[in-house]
Amino acid sequence: MRSGKARFLAVSVAAAVCIMFIVSAFAIAAETEQVIQITAKRFEYSPKDITVKKGVPVILEFTSLDRLHGFSCPGLGIRSDIPPKKVTKLRFVPQKVGTFPFHCDNFCGGGHEGMTGTIKVTE
Amino acid sequence: MKIYRRDFLKLMGLGSAVFVLGPGNSVFASDGKMASDDFLFVQLSDSHWGFTGPKVNPDATGTLKKAVGAVNSLELQPDFIMFTGDLTHTTDDDKERRKRLAGFRDIISDLKVKSVRFMPGEHDAALDEGEAFKEFFGKTHYTFDHKGVHFIVLDNVSDPGSNIGESQLQWLSDDLKTLGKDSRIVVFTHRPLFDLYPDWDWYTRDGAKAIELLMPYSNVTVFYGHIHQEHHHKTAHIGHHSAKGLMYPLPAPGSLPKKIQLPWDDAKPYKGLGFRGIETKGKQAEYAITEFGVKGEKL
Repeated sequence: MRSGKARFLAVSVAAAVCIMFIVSAFAIAAETEQVIQITAKRFEYSPKDITVKKGVPVILEFTSLDRLHGFSCPGLGIRSDIPPKKVTKLRFVPQKVGTFPFHCDNFCGGGHEGMTGTIKVTE
Repeated sequence: MKIYRRDFLKLMGLGSAVFVLGPGNSVFASDGKMASDDFLFVQLSDSHWGFTGPKVNPDATGTLKKAVGAVNSLELQPDFIMFTGDLTHTTDDDKERRKRLAGFRDIISDLKVKSVRFMPGEHDAALDEGEAFKEFFGKTHYTFDHKGVHFIVLDNVSDPGSNIGESQLQWLSDDLKTLGKDSRIVVFTHRPLFDLYPDWDWYTRDGAKAIELLMPYSNVTVFYGHIHQEHHHKTAHIGHHSAKGLMYPLPAPGSLPKKIQLPWDDAKPYKGLGFRGIETKGKQAEYAITEFGVKGEKL
């Protein structure tokens, strides 16, 4: 009996520790990840100018409001297609300070070349 | 005896595969006689027929016509003419796209030289994957041979993401396997195959794969358009040479914060616009480029 109780107690404590660890991990992630939602439509991103912190993970969540677009930021070495009707997530950790232009790299019509923005990475 | 800049470079031991000839040193100013293996061709690019924007080109409907007249007036007529894409300006309307392609075709039908070849730019082809272009001008990638030179036309625009694509790359690989490693090869593309300036989308997403396929061949030269200005670059021994456009010039790579159409200069109308003549001599894998303004003046 005693060993059964002890086993139950040990499992309960372990479960509690696990739950606390998971909750803490989510909390830490929520604090340290920068989640930025961006909509894309012909011929603009909203927002088009983004500021993030160096060394802090960033998740860009793209939604296209009309057709296939693209996101390319050569200075940070990241790109993604942005298909319509779904959220596209792009995670990266900015490693250098500066202002980095991005643009749509899937030709989308007459204003395509003006579909641009910037990511500013600060200390 | 006239010494061209090309010859001067050779004498100085500075020769390379392509020579850009300055004013007064044009191959078109020679005595009009050419050896049987010599030939000239003309590259025109980025006419953007259908574009309107008086601040960047108040003569949008006249510029291409002037260039056609200028080509017709060349002292030596080229063996053939190559249009390296963006024949028309993009439109969402399929009917309007065909109307513009037809309008372009009508204008260039006045060219005296009837051997004229075409390839699309993204403005012609990216919104319908080249469907309308093919109706008017046929295949978007193909090869042809002329006086010992093998010409390869690559399509890096029908995919809106600027991919050549695995299928076309395999086609390129198969074609190259039929050639000797020292064959004279000229490649036409619309966009640069190399990473000219990625922040302005001046590259081909899988262009490095095409360059890798071409690299074993010792005599390869690429002529392209897209960036609306003359530009020269080398990836190892492969030269890449962009041509001026015929609607509006664009700034030098990275020279301005944003890529914008450069405004019309009333003091220098048609500045930054033009076309080029390219001469090759016999069995030499050398190309001499002469740049012309829209009205045929040597630049």
